[in-house]
Amino acid sequence: MDIQLKRGLLDVCVLAAIKGKDSYGYQIIKDIKPYLELSESTLYTILKRLESAHLLTVRTAEHDGRLRKYYHITEQGLRRLEEFQSDWEEILRLYRFITKEK
Amino acid sequence: MNKADFLAALRKGLAGLPEEEIEERLTFYSEMIDDRVEEGLSEEEAVARIGPVELVVSQILSDLSDPPPTREGTGPRRRFSAWELVLLILGSPLWLSLAVVAGLAVLTPYAVLWSVLLSLWALDLALAACAIAGVLSPIGFALQGSIWPGIALFGAGLACAGACLLFFFACKRASKGTLSLAKRLFTGLKSRLIRKERRA
Repeated sequence: MDIQLKRGLLDVCVLAAIKGKDSYGYQIIKDIKPYLELSESTLYTILKRLESAHLLTVRTAEHDGRLRKYYHITEQGLRRLEEFQSDWEEILRLYRFITKEK
Repeated sequence: MNKADFLAALRKGLAGLPEEEIEERLTFYSEMIDDRVEEGLSEEEAVARIGPVELVVSQILSDLSDPPPTREGTGPRRRFSAWELVLLILGSPLWLSLAVVAGLAVLTPYAVLWSVLLSLWALDLALAACAIAGVLSPIGFALQGSIWPGIALFGAGLACAGACLLFFFACKRASKGTLSLAKRLFTGLKSRLIRKERRA
């Protein structure tokens, strides 16, 4: 798959994984696993990217006597998800045109 | 391999990266391992799920050499808060004059370079004017009836023309040199500024 396309998809997947409620690294990997094998280092890069783009925020909270980082989607992150949906509808229209039988 | 060994090996593999970044990644992997252990895996199994350290290190390094397409500049711009604005305005007599001085200090070498060049060309132009006047002067002298002063001035005019031609090439050479020097100064300055920006 084209690397730019894949990168954009991964970003949206991670945003979707934290859309409902705040989540943490391992939970995100588990949630995405049925659809996509995501390595830890890839997830780290995506989370960093999303954080610097202000699409999510990070907070550290205590869990079971240790610290865990929780990721929270921002308004901008939600907007990105909506944008993705409308973009995708357009792509689907183009896809139907491209694959149309004569 | 247990967690401590894994993290130590990871730290070793990432040596050379900024300390802050290494720490952050180590915390991230440590949390991943802890979460798997909490789910019932042994520490060794949890580490094994992450994958061999060498692979993790090479993945991290290749991620780093492949920077994301979204530049920092495209993100939302930071707005100045109220007190920052007040400080900015109150401090303007100080920082504005300092900024102007800094700008002028950068500009000065250029001004000096170009003024030297300008004076060289002016000298050449003066020589050309002398040459023309000298060569034409016999006409005036002839009209007044005297010939020898005119011939002498004609000779001087020819000498000026020669000097003017020679000097023209010298000026051209100097212009080219100055231009390349100015370019080098500019790129030097630019690269220094950009490097600073990256460091920041």
